[in-house]
Amino acid sequence: MIPEIGHFALILSFCFSIALGVLPMLGVYQKNTLLIWLAGPLVAAQLVFIAISFALLTWSFAVDDFSVIYVASNSNRALPMVYKVTAVWGAHEGSLLLWVLILSGWAFAVGYFSRNLPNDIRAMVLSIMGLVSVGFQLFLLYSSNPFLRFLPDFPLDGNDLNPLLQDFGLIVHPPMLYAGYVGFSVAFSFAIAALLSGRLDASWARWSRPWTNIAWVFLTLGITLGSWWAYYELGWGGWWFWDPVENASLMPWLVGTALLHSLAVTEKRGAFKSWTVLLAISAFSLSLLGTFLVRSGVLTSVHAFAVDPERGMFILVFLAVVIGTSLIIYAVRAPTVKSYAVFELFSRETLLLLNNVLLIVATMTVLLGTFYPLIYEATTGGKISVGPPYFNLIFAPLILLVLPLMTLVPQIFWKRSPTTDLIKKNIIPLLCSFILCAGLWISSDLEATNELNIQIILAVLFATWLFIALIKDLVGKLVSYKKAHQGSVFDGIRSLTLGYYGMLLAHAGIAICVIGVAVVSVYSVDKDLRLAPGDLVEMGGYQFEFKGLSQTKQANYTALTANIEVTNEAGERWIMKPEKRTYPVRQSQMTEAAIDAGFFRDLYLALGEPLTKGAWSVRIQVKPLVRWLWLGGLLMAFGGFIATLDRRYRAKKVTASGVGI
Amino acid sequence: MNSKRLRLFLPLIGFVVVCGFLYRGLMLEPSKLPSALVGKAFPEFSMPGLKQGQQLDQSMLIGQVALVNVWATWCPSCRAEHRFLNQIAEQFDMPIYGLNYKDDRGKAVQWLARLGNPYRFSVFDEEGSLGIDLGVYGAPETFVIDHNGMIRYKHVGVVDMQVWRELLLPLVEELQLAADQKVIQ
Repeated sequence: MIPEIGHFALILSFCFSIALGVLPMLGVYQKNTLLIWLAGPLVAAQLVFIAISFALLTWSFAVDDFSVIYVASNSNRALPMVYKVTAVWGAHEGSLLLWVLILSGWAFAVGYFSRNLPNDIRAMVLSIMGLVSVGFQLFLLYSSNPFLRFLPDFPLDGNDLNPLLQDFGLIVHPPMLYAGYVGFSVAFSFAIAALLSGRLDASWARWSRPWTNIAWVFLTLGITLGSWWAYYELGWGGWWFWDPVENASLMPWLVGTALLHSLAVTEKRGAFKSWTVLLAISAFSLSLLGTFLVRSGVLTSVHAFAVDPERGMFILVFLAVVIGTSLIIYAVRAPTVKSYAVFELFSRETLLLLNNVLLIVATMTVLLGTFYPLIYEATTGGKISVGPPYFNLIFAPLILLVLPLMTLVPQIFWKRSPTTDLIKKNIIPLLCSFILCAGLWISSDLEATNELNIQIILAVLFATWLFIALIKDLVGKLVSYKKAHQGSVFDGIRSLTLGYYGMLLAHAGIAICVIGVAVVSVYSVDKDLRLAPGDLVEMGGYQFEFKGLSQTKQANYTALTANIEVTNEAGERWIMKPEKRTYPVRQSQMTEAAIDAGFFRDLYLALGEPLTKGAWSVRIQVKPLVRWLWLGGLLMAFGGFIATLDRRYRAKKVTASGVGI
Repeated sequence: MNSKRLRLFLPLIGFVVVCGFLYRGLMLEPSKLPSALVGKAFPEFSMPGLKQGQQLDQSMLIGQVALVNVWATWCPSCRAEHRFLNQIAEQFDMPIYGLNYKDDRGKAVQWLARLGNPYRFSVFDEEGSLGIDLGVYGAPETFVIDHNGMIRYKHVGVVDMQVWRELLLPLVEELQLAADQKVIQ
């Protein structure tokens, strides 16, 4: 009975979404205030019923209702309760339901926090989000219903959750990622509403900014968590695989980053309007495309999710309708009048535009690399795969070019900027980073296995330059505040906006992340070794001794644990325990790596296969600064969050749609 | 329309092209995983049967066109498929052999006792080693083998009425015809 109520709640929510997609929009065109007013209650009703539906599916998991096909294929009696609950989004149907839940949540939040918006704009935005929701719920009901039953003959026990997904990282990774993907629907809806109403102005950009920020924060967190999860759970110490599913999340992130900055220009200078609108449409379109890639099985990937052509066709049609319609609206309604904003060649506007273009080109290269196998197969019939070599060759230099621009943009002014001033500002940071890099290079001994190339050197140099310039900028601002106001340092700190601090943190995050990537890809040592009990090896300044194996039995798996004693140069000893787990229900084996995490280096031990005479193959890796990758990611997300809290987004009721600066 | 307006249509055109490729991609059916084993002899094995004391090998599959069905009690879809296999076994004079894959003997015997047994016999592949030789992705999977013990087709997923009528039955009939002609000659 419970699953049927959940199903019914989903249908009700679907009906409310249709009403939301149609009535308020109609109200705007007929100037009917009642219909416009309806947007609020409808958004709430949509959220309530989808939440009921989601809660009841969770309930079915919690009480082991294996008559529900989806529960039977993704859960098991022996599964710990926390994984029973998170198994809800462990496969296609449930993750889609979570997607719709998050979308409804976003719509409700927009409805709640945007009460100071003009009523018609607010109604239009909510209506457009309702239409997107209709598409997804239709998909759920039509081909991905999680409430279907095995009746009358249902299994006594379930098929268990994929062991790869029985992990903390996977509990939080998908919701974050989805919140990011879906979050871009807000910027998208604002853009479409602005196009339809013809009010493409600075206040539109100001309303969009905090929402875009938050969506970007979630996406950043989602990608960071995903990379971290892949690192410790997939068992081979990689942190980015250029896998189609990863690319699918990277593309909206890149475009979203471009959108954040473009919105700033549109808000403050009234320039780049068409460009910004196009970016808003693209960011969401790429999010949808990501869903299509993951869910249709068009591209096979290590993630190996659902492969189902019927679902693929549905998403393709949905994609065509949503993106096609919005691009037609864009083509017909986008302003062609040259914006009045004037700026010179060397100005903040130009550099931001340049950075934007670089980000878009980077997105294009990822898009091409992701789709190239498909294009190749469609045109020649052959199979091909595009791997890291392509991306490292094309993508990395583009991002390298972004770094110096990131350093310069905050230092120069809108409209125009004298170049001499810029040189003066950067001599010291550049010199510092040169000395720092040189010192690091001399002091560190590079293993002969990895090649040091110009790209890596430039990456570290640019990243340190960026970091030092950020600090110098902050100090400079505080000093000049002190000179002008005679206030304390604390007053100086308070005088700067949250938006500014957010920028500092996010940019510092990028610098830290780039340094991490560069160092870990050059200075990592890894070896596959054959170890028998009592064997001793030395690697990267550490000694590893294989002590032996032990077996333990857990609720839903048995584990074979190797005890490896590590000794560092200072003579300290500790034990690391890589595991091999066997999950009986799915008959699958999992490698659980042992990781000794540190700020400056990680030790990464993975147990391979048993060899003869009690020996095992063991993979040992020493990875310097690998944590910096995710630390940088977290810092970026935190920066984005801080910037969203900036006071100027909490604007008072806007009455006229004038250009505010 | 002026040329500037026309330029705004460029993203739309680009998107239409991408859609074209995506459509082609769907039509390529990546889900159809061709088995490298099609056209090859059924791999050699020597294994216990599900019945205690039974010892089986690949020679016992030769002689008639047959289905080899990979099943297990831990697989909910197998349960959905089982009833239909019973029907096939009743209606057609064609052996169905089972490959009980990575399962528990007691549970498997109980399952057959309760739900009916469509199989002439079931190979008990506890470790899944025959499954590896057959390139089994998961259960259920069904192989069509001809009278020489050659693998002719592999179906991944549940065999239901539609799969049986449209894919398996025509192939089985064709193979049986060929086998009969061989005998006559």
